[in-house]
Amino acid sequence: MTINANNPYGDSRNHHILSVLVQNRPGVLARVAGLFARRGYNIFSLAVAPTEDDDYSRITIVVDISATPLEQIVKQLFKLIDVVRITELDPKKSVERELMVVTVRADGENRGQVVELANIFEAKVLAVGADAMTISLDGNPEKLDDFEDLLKGYGIVESQRTGRVALPKLDREARPRTLKGKAS
Amino acid sequence: MSAKETLTGAEALIRSLELENVEVMFGLPGGCILPAYDPLLKSSIRHVLVRHEQGAGHMAQGYAHVTGRPGVAMVTSGPAATNMVTPLCDAFMDSIPMVCITGQVSTTAIGTDAFQECDTVGITRSVTKHNELIMHPDDIPLAVRQAFHIATTGRPGPVLLDLPKDVLQNTMTWHWPTDEEVLESLPGYRPTVKGHPRMIKEAAKLLLASERPVLYLGGGVLKARAADAVRELAELLKTPVVTTLMARGAFPDDHELCYGMPGMHGTATAITAMQKADLLCALGARFDDRVTGKVATFAPDAKIIHVDIDPAEQGKVRKPDVPIVGDCRLIVEEIVKAVKELLAEGTTQADITPWRSRVNGWKEQFPLTYDASEPGARLKPQFCLEKLRDAAPEDTILVAGVGQHQMWASLFWNFRKPYTWVNSGGLGTMGFSVPAAIGAKAARPEATVWAIDGDGCFQMTAQELVTATTEGIHVKIAILNNTYLGMVRQWQEMFYGERYSEVDLAGCPDFVKWAEAMGCVGIRVESPEEIDAAIEKANSINDRSVVVEFRVEEFEKVFPMVPAGASNDDVLLHPTQESRREYLK
Repeated sequence: MTINANNPYGDSRNHHILSVLVQNRPGVLARVAGLFARRGYNIFSLAVAPTEDDDYSRITIVVDISATPLEQIVKQLFKLIDVVRITELDPKKSVERELMVVTVRADGENRGQVVELANIFEAKVLAVGADAMTISLDGNPEKLDDFEDLLKGYGIVESQRTGRVALPKLDREARPRTLKGKAS
Repeated sequence: MSAKETLTGAEALIRSLELENVEVMFGLPGGCILPAYDPLLKSSIRHVLVRHEQGAGHMAQGYAHVTGRPGVAMVTSGPAATNMVTPLCDAFMDSIPMVCITGQVSTTAIGTDAFQECDTVGITRSVTKHNELIMHPDDIPLAVRQAFHIATTGRPGPVLLDLPKDVLQNTMTWHWPTDEEVLESLPGYRPTVKGHPRMIKEAAKLLLASERPVLYLGGGVLKARAADAVRELAELLKTPVVTTLMARGAFPDDHELCYGMPGMHGTATAITAMQKADLLCALGARFDDRVTGKVATFAPDAKIIHVDIDPAEQGKVRKPDVPIVGDCRLIVEEIVKAVKELLAEGTTQADITPWRSRVNGWKEQFPLTYDASEPGARLKPQFCLEKLRDAAPEDTILVAGVGQHQMWASLFWNFRKPYTWVNSGGLGTMGFSVPAAIGAKAARPEATVWAIDGDGCFQMTAQELVTATTEGIHVKIAILNNTYLGMVRQWQEMFYGERYSEVDLAGCPDFVKWAEAMGCVGIRVESPEEIDAAIEKANSINDRSVVVEFRVEEFEKVFPMVPAGASNDDVLLHPTQESRREYLK
C-alpha cells in the first residue's frame, strides 16, 4: 500500500470511493490495510468511524484505480470475513466531505490577509499565536485543496487532513451499487 | 449438558473440537497452551505429538488433502506460532481446510513483550483465510464453530484461533451455538454456491459449439468433490482433459481423454492442447503463472469458461467469457444437464474429431521420455519412479516434496483416483512430504502411503520420522538422492551458464543410518539390479516406516520445460524430441 503524496487526492479518473461496512471488531482496520499492502493496491485516503449501529464501522477508502482494476480490489475486500457490505461511490455521484486543520504563518501585515482568506472560504480560526494561526476548514476535498494552495504563499507550518468521507447523492440517478455477501 | 454447566475455557475448547468431530490433531505443548493439554487427557481426540511445530501443520494438511475434512493443529505461543506460519501459508495457497489453535500469553500480559509473546494474529493475518484472538472464554465455542465453518465452506483455507492462557484457565458457561447463531455472527460471509443459470446455459452452448475444447481441471475440482461430475461432462462431449499439479487424480490418467499435467513441467500434449484450444473450460483452476507461462501469449484463440467458487479469481489473470461463481460440483452437474437439454432440443455438437486426432497425434509423438542410464552409472530418477509406480498397491497415496522429484512424481505416476496425490503446489514448500505423508496415513491407516522426497527436502523435516515411529503411523519414503538441490541446479545449468552456486549437497548424511536411528527400516539402492527387491521389501513392511534411498543421476533434468516468463509455445522438449518440434503446430 502506498499513499500517493504527489497527488494526494488524485483526480476523478483515477480515484474511486469505496464505502466499506465492516463488523466492529478488533483488528478489522489492520485487515483492510494489510490487504491493500499485501496486494500492492494504492490508496489516496482512508477514514474510519463507527456507524449509527454499534456493531458496525464504516471505512471510507479512496482507492487509486490506475494500477489495479476496481473490480479486483472490491472482490479481494469481500474475502475479508469482517467485511459486510461494500458500496462503490462514483465521485461524480456522491457528496464528499473532509476536514483540514492547518497552522499558517500570520505575522503583522499578513494576519489580516489570512483572516480574510479564511472568511472567504468560511473557515474557522481555532487558535491565534504571536506569528501564526490555526484554522479549520471542512468541505469538499477540492475546496480544501484550493484553500491549502492559497495558504502556501504565507507559509504552512503544519497541516492535517482527515481523509474524505462520502455518501451517495440523493438525486434519482444516484443509486449506489451495493455489493453484498459474495465472500469466499 | 445442563443449561448452566460451567467449564474452563480449555475444557470448552476440547469439547468444541470433539463436537466438530475432530478425531485426530497434531501438535506440541508449551507454556501458554498448557491448560488445553490437560482436558485432552480424557478426550476422545487422538493427539499426535510432533517434533517440530511445522511438522504438525503439514500433517494437518496431509490429513485434509486425503479426507477433505479440516486438519487440526495445536501448538503454543511465540516460536511455536511462528513455526506454524509456513504450513498456514501453504494451506492458504492451496486452499486446504485447516484449523490451527495457538496459545497466547495471558490477556493481562499482551503487549508487554512477555516471554514467548508474539503478535500471532498480526503475523498470520495474510496467510490465513481468517484468524481471531479470543479474549473471553465465553466466546470459545462460537469461535470454534466459526473457524470450522469458514475453513470448510466457500474456498477452503486455514483459520487460526489464538487463545491466551487466562482465557483457557478461566471459567465460562457452556453453550453450543446453533447453525443460525453461527450464520448470524458472520453477516459478511455468504459464499455463493449455486451457479448463475444463464451463465450455465451459456457455458453449455459454448462447449457444444467449440471445435477445439479443453477441460482445464484445477484443485477446486477435488475440493468440491466434483470428479464424477467432471468425468460425466468430459465423456458426454469427448472433451480432452488436462489436470494441473493440484488436480492430479481428479481425472484418471489412463482415461483416453486424459492428457496429463499442463504447465512449466507439463506434458507437451497438455501444454499445446491448451495453446491451440478455441475453448478452455477452467474448473476450479486459477490460471497460475506456472500453468499459463507468459500470460499475453497463453491460449490466444481460446474463449474462457471459468468456474470458481472465489469471485476474486474471475478475471484476476485472464478475463473469462463466461464467469460462473459457485460450487464446482453443482455447476458441472448443471452444465451436464444443460448440455443434455440442448442436445435433446436438436442442437448438435461441433465436430471435434479432427481436434481429438490432432491431440492424440501429439500424445503419440511426444510421450514422456528419458535416457536410460549407462551400465554402471547412477540410476535414473524417472526409472525409480516407474518401478515404484508399477509395484505400488492399488489406491496408494503418493506424497511429494518440492523440486525435480515432485515434477517426476506427478509426471510418471499413474493417478487413477481422487485424493491419492498430496503435494505443496502454490507455496512450493520444501520439506512438505515427510510430515504430510504422516498426516495422510493418520487419516487413511488402511492405505499405503509413499512419499517421494529429494535429499534436500528430506533434510528439512525428517525428524518427524520419530513421530511416525512412536505413534505407529507407518509411511514409506523414497529419497531420490542426487546430492544436489536438483531443481536449482537445473536452472543454474540452463539459465546461469552452468555456474553452480551453493547447490551441491555432497557430504550428505547416511540416510540408511538416519532412518534406523529413527526406528525405521533403511534401504539403499545403487544399481538397477537392486531396485525390484528393495521396493518389494519396502512394500511388504507394515509395522515400521521405511526409507529407501535411491542414488540417482546428478545431472538429470526435468523435461518438458517452459522457462519462467517464456511463452508456452516455446516449451523445451526432451532433447531426443526436439527434432520433431514441427509436429506441435
